[in-house]
Amino acid sequence: MVIPVLAFVGLIFIPIGLACIVSSNKVVEVVYRYDTKCVPGNMLHNKVAYIQNASIDKTCTRTLKIPRDMKRPIYIYYQLDKFYQNHRRYSTSRSDAQLREPKAAGDVAEFCKPEAFAANGRPIVPCGLIAWSLFNDTYSFARRNRLPRDGDHGPPPLTVSKRGISWPSERGHLFGKNVFPRNFQNGSLVGGGQLDPRKPLSEQEDLMVWMRTAALPRFRKLYGRMEADLVAGELITVTVRNSYNSYSYAGGEKAVVLSTAGWLGGRNGFLGRAYVVVGMACFLLALLLTLLCLVFPMKEEHLLLR
Amino acid sequence: MKRFVYINDESYQNDYCDNQISNTKYTLWNFLPKNLWEQFRRFMNQYFLLIACLQLWSLITPVNPASTWGPLIIIFAVSATKEAWDDYNRYISDKQANEKKVWIVKNGARKHIQAQDIRVGNIVWIRENEEVPCDLVLTGTSEPQGICHVETAALDGEIDLKTRVIPPTCAGLDAEQLHKIKGVIECPIPDKDIRRFDANIRLFPPFIDNDICPLTINNTLLQSCYLRNTEWACGVAVYTGNETKLGMSRGVPEPKLTAMDAMIDKLTGAIFLFQLAVVVVLGSAGNVWKDTEARKQWYVKYDDDEPWYQILVIPLRFELLCSIMIPISIKVSLDFVKSLYAKFIDWDEEMYDKETDTPAHAANTAISEDLGQVEYILTDKTGTLTENKMIFRRCCIGGTLYGNESGDALKDVELLNAVANNSPHVIKFLTVMALCNTVIPIKSPSGQISYKAQSQDEDALVNAASNLHMVLVSKNGNNAEIHFNRRVVQYEILDVLEFTSDRKRMSVLISDSESGKIFLLSKGADEAILPLAYSGQQIKTFIDAVDKYAQLGLRTLCLAWRELGLQEYLEWSRLFKEANSALIDREWKVAEVCQKLEHTLDILGISAIEDRLQAGVPETIEILRQSGINFWMLTGDKQSTAIQIALLCNLISSEPKGQLLYINGKTEDEVARSLERVLLTMRITSSEPKELAFVVDGWALEIILTRYKEAFTELAVLSKTAICCRVTPSQKAQLVKLLKSCDYRTLAIGDGGNDVRMIQQAHIGVGISGREGLQAARAADYSIGKFRFLKRLILVHGRYSYNRTAFLSQYSFYKSLLICFIQILFSFVSGIAGTSLFNSVSLMAYNVFYTSIPVLTTVLDKDLSERTVTQNPEILLYCQAGRLLNPSTFAGWFGRSLYHAIVVFLITIHVYANEKSEMEELSMVALSGSIWLQAFVVTLEMNSFTFVQFLGIWGNFAAFYIINFGISSIPSAGMYTIMFRLCRQPSYWITMLLISGVGMGPVLALKYFRYTYSPSAINILQKAERSRGPMYTLVHL
Repeated sequence: MVIPVLAFVGLIFIPIGLACIVSSNKVVEVVYRYDTKCVPGNMLHNKVAYIQNASIDKTCTRTLKIPRDMKRPIYIYYQLDKFYQNHRRYSTSRSDAQLREPKAAGDVAEFCKPEAFAANGRPIVPCGLIAWSLFNDTYSFARRNRLPRDGDHGPPPLTVSKRGISWPSERGHLFGKNVFPRNFQNGSLVGGGQLDPRKPLSEQEDLMVWMRTAALPRFRKLYGRMEADLVAGELITVTVRNSYNSYSYAGGEKAVVLSTAGWLGGRNGFLGRAYVVVGMACFLLALLLTLLCLVFPMKEEHLLLR
Repeated sequence: MKRFVYINDESYQNDYCDNQISNTKYTLWNFLPKNLWEQFRRFMNQYFLLIACLQLWSLITPVNPASTWGPLIIIFAVSATKEAWDDYNRYISDKQANEKKVWIVKNGARKHIQAQDIRVGNIVWIRENEEVPCDLVLTGTSEPQGICHVETAALDGEIDLKTRVIPPTCAGLDAEQLHKIKGVIECPIPDKDIRRFDANIRLFPPFIDNDICPLTINNTLLQSCYLRNTEWACGVAVYTGNETKLGMSRGVPEPKLTAMDAMIDKLTGAIFLFQLAVVVVLGSAGNVWKDTEARKQWYVKYDDDEPWYQILVIPLRFELLCSIMIPISIKVSLDFVKSLYAKFIDWDEEMYDKETDTPAHAANTAISEDLGQVEYILTDKTGTLTENKMIFRRCCIGGTLYGNESGDALKDVELLNAVANNSPHVIKFLTVMALCNTVIPIKSPSGQISYKAQSQDEDALVNAASNLHMVLVSKNGNNAEIHFNRRVVQYEILDVLEFTSDRKRMSVLISDSESGKIFLLSKGADEAILPLAYSGQQIKTFIDAVDKYAQLGLRTLCLAWRELGLQEYLEWSRLFKEANSALIDREWKVAEVCQKLEHTLDILGISAIEDRLQAGVPETIEILRQSGINFWMLTGDKQSTAIQIALLCNLISSEPKGQLLYINGKTEDEVARSLERVLLTMRITSSEPKELAFVVDGWALEIILTRYKEAFTELAVLSKTAICCRVTPSQKAQLVKLLKSCDYRTLAIGDGGNDVRMIQQAHIGVGISGREGLQAARAADYSIGKFRFLKRLILVHGRYSYNRTAFLSQYSFYKSLLICFIQILFSFVSGIAGTSLFNSVSLMAYNVFYTSIPVLTTVLDKDLSERTVTQNPEILLYCQAGRLLNPSTFAGWFGRSLYHAIVVFLITIHVYANEKSEMEELSMVALSGSIWLQAFVVTLEMNSFTFVQFLGIWGNFAAFYIINFGISSIPSAGMYTIMFRLCRQPSYWITMLLISGVGMGPVLALKYFRYTYSPSAINILQKAERSRGPMYTLVHL
């Protein structure tokens, strides 16, 4: 009874695994880690001082080579490592009611410590550590080797669309249309990015993405989307404005990722490999048990008690 | 210490308590604190309260405190309500007893007062069939002889009528005098010994002399007895309220804890220690990480100067995260399934006794699993193994055997003819049957005569005699009236030479009122009567008849008589009176005097009485012994009868297959030597395939239990079978206690009041609702109609209950550990800060719905069919030895939950990495993975499938998705839209499949491997059942 089940499981798992591998391999992904590369050589020994010095221009332009053709849409992610959005003190420091309702603006004391009140004693909107530490590096892209010439309608420029990177449920329900940032980032210690106080929270999509906390210390979050196709071998420049502090803690890698998406999402070989391995193991086990049955057949003694 | 009771003297009455009895445990005021205190004595409850209190601190709680407080309050309220209800019922019955009206004498006149107002020293009047309200010293009765009859069933369970006499000093007082009587009774301080009352009474002038008159228990009327066959009686209250003999012996029986509960408690303790270790390790690791790493994580913004208690915050968070390791649901689930087990017993139609219209009943709903773990059964004999319906079957009169053909002498035409023809032998025989006894005939208003007999044998003889037209009509004091063939014969009963176990016979001296002739009528065991035959009488036929009857399993009695001369009688009578008033060695002296009369008897014949074994007793004992249960028979009956019955019901085997070892002796030395000898034989022959059993009587047992307990304990361990005869109720209880002290699970089964103490003492008490009333059944945990149902009770109900609870309890830990291990693993990727991966709703629902409901259907699970189990009773060993729930099986479940947690966690974080690593999504994926796995685990571990089980497992699975879709459509919930998003992703379903495959694969393979190559007896029988082939019999275990 068990041997056929094992063989059957193997029979199902291996094709699924192969399909997953194929799908994952179709996804093209370009990862560029810039956290050290964008720090000038003379500041490498003290990166924290570099990032905290507002007078230094932190723009940094680098060239990336596209390995394979990339079909639109191309998703742009930022990737952080060793960043504990799931830390208990951090992940609970938010007020969902405040994000949704203007009335609940003062409803902060309980949840948002230690970023609940501004220096003037007024509640911060959006409050809490998560919002306070909003990621604020920016990226822009351009094609390098195909500069548009006069009269030539070459490929369109690489514009990054930042609309629709959040979930509809967040825009529609979780972040209020009448809630505007107030007293945000005006303390003595500025955490991360600023917010436009004229735009309601329901339009602040970067904030929404950031506030949907990641479960693991290494995570990617959607930065934007490019509606353009890239061909293999093409060189593009990425201009990074490096302003987010990932240097005060060990292993704080930052990277920008360009990726297409398949039916399983981004490039992730784990599922496919796991399926193939498990499938093979099942086959092997079935074979082993069959052999065992043939070599040591169940004898009548086995039916007596020992 | 002494108590002085001044009769009818109010000035001394306030020294002692009034007669208000109280069995209640609580009062209105102390109920809440006392009940809470009692509930919190349990470790589990303390634990849950601590957790619930910690959760109130929002800094450390990972979940909403309501998720623990809600269930906790419900659990406490349920058991408090139950206690309150029980106590209220006790209060009501107390109140009824307290407010009952009784007559007492006050200021020389009779007054009607409530029972609770009786004070020590009052004279209380009781009428026929009334209950005695407190302990009294008898001072007067309606009978001129100064006797009265009481039924003591509520006190000692014996239903025969006992005779009580007024002390000589009060004899002859008329009702008028009894109102004015004054005096003093000197009695011991209250105790619970219902067989002893060493007191004396002295009446004050003008009442007779000023002498001190000794009192015994025969001069008392104890609380809860009923006055029978006596118009009225009165007595002086000596003990009242809760100080009566009954009140003192009343104790709250300890709640019984099953071996399984004890094991579960132990495992819970182990898990608690493990939890503490986890908390200490992760707590300190968390604090270290916080100080080395988290302070550098600027976005976490730790303060530099923190209050001192911050060092406790992370360990306490882990304590709360890990608190679900000990599932709060386990107590509720166990209580629930246990009450179902009890209901299954109540509903079982195969344990319904049609004859007496009694279904089986489980009064104690908490100990069904123990039934499956019984190692020793201590059984009463009469009424339990036998029907306790003595029937006169055959007789041998003057050498003629009657009743041989039909098996019923009462229908034997020859005998009926002999009766009709006034055959002298037969008439003599019948006269002995009707008169040589202590039976009390009772005439009902309709003229029907019924008999109250101390022994069922006498009852059978008198009834048989009346069927043969020798009817004992009445016994008024010393006058007995007999109707024989429409002739009325009057006899005067001169003396009764009472039965003792040494003499093994009793005799009655009567004189015929017409002729004045004096006769000695004797009956007794053959060995006690036949040697006394007059020289020259041929007794060979009688010896043959006795042998023949004994082989048929009949109880034989030898009947004899002799005519006395008046002179001889008068001489003897003087000696008898002397002996009876002797103060030292009275019993021995009386026996000697009796001996002087009981000789040269004319042997009349042999009566053979049948006490039939209940149907199915030998088979039941056979099967239960095969299943590894040892049987001890404890009986108040005599040795020969006990052995005979034991042989009949397969308890012991006759030579050469078995051997019976006797422990006897009169003195300590003899008993010690005998015990030593038996022990030696046991040690030597214990390896031989011989069924050894020992027999001990109550006298020797008393010596052994006080002096040689250790040797006897060794004997008890060596011997699988024992017969203890002539044992008292307290000795029965002592034997149970002895076996319990050797760590054996004991079951005591009995039917009469004398078994009550043994039944209460044993781990499991089973009562047979039999002819001796419902006393035993009421005190017992289980009551059944017939002994043969014990087989089904143990093999089917006990075994299934054990198996089911073993699975349920371990599974409860498995699923809690699974979710807890995932939380712990998650803490390694979340900065060891005690973040909960799952939200409050999911955590609570996981424990309360998703995982608790499917496993409850295990109450319907049957690993083997009932038929297979009864055919292979050896299989019970798995339960007895506790092979399904012990630290090693538990370790297996522990390992499984750890493995499954690792599988779920690793697969989840690898698939949901990078851009998918969103908290709510990842937590739902991990939760779904756990649900999938637990559904498969329950499916795998269930052996039988019914529709309910199918619905429980897969319906619950569907319910999980429905509930989560529901929560996902509430905008204010944290997981708004999450479940819809997940279910749209193919990767979610592929992940679930992977988790199930990786999680269940090795479990399945391991199970298969074990099943094939090292199958347990259960597996083998399952295989045999499935193949429907010939049933394999398990040869050796």
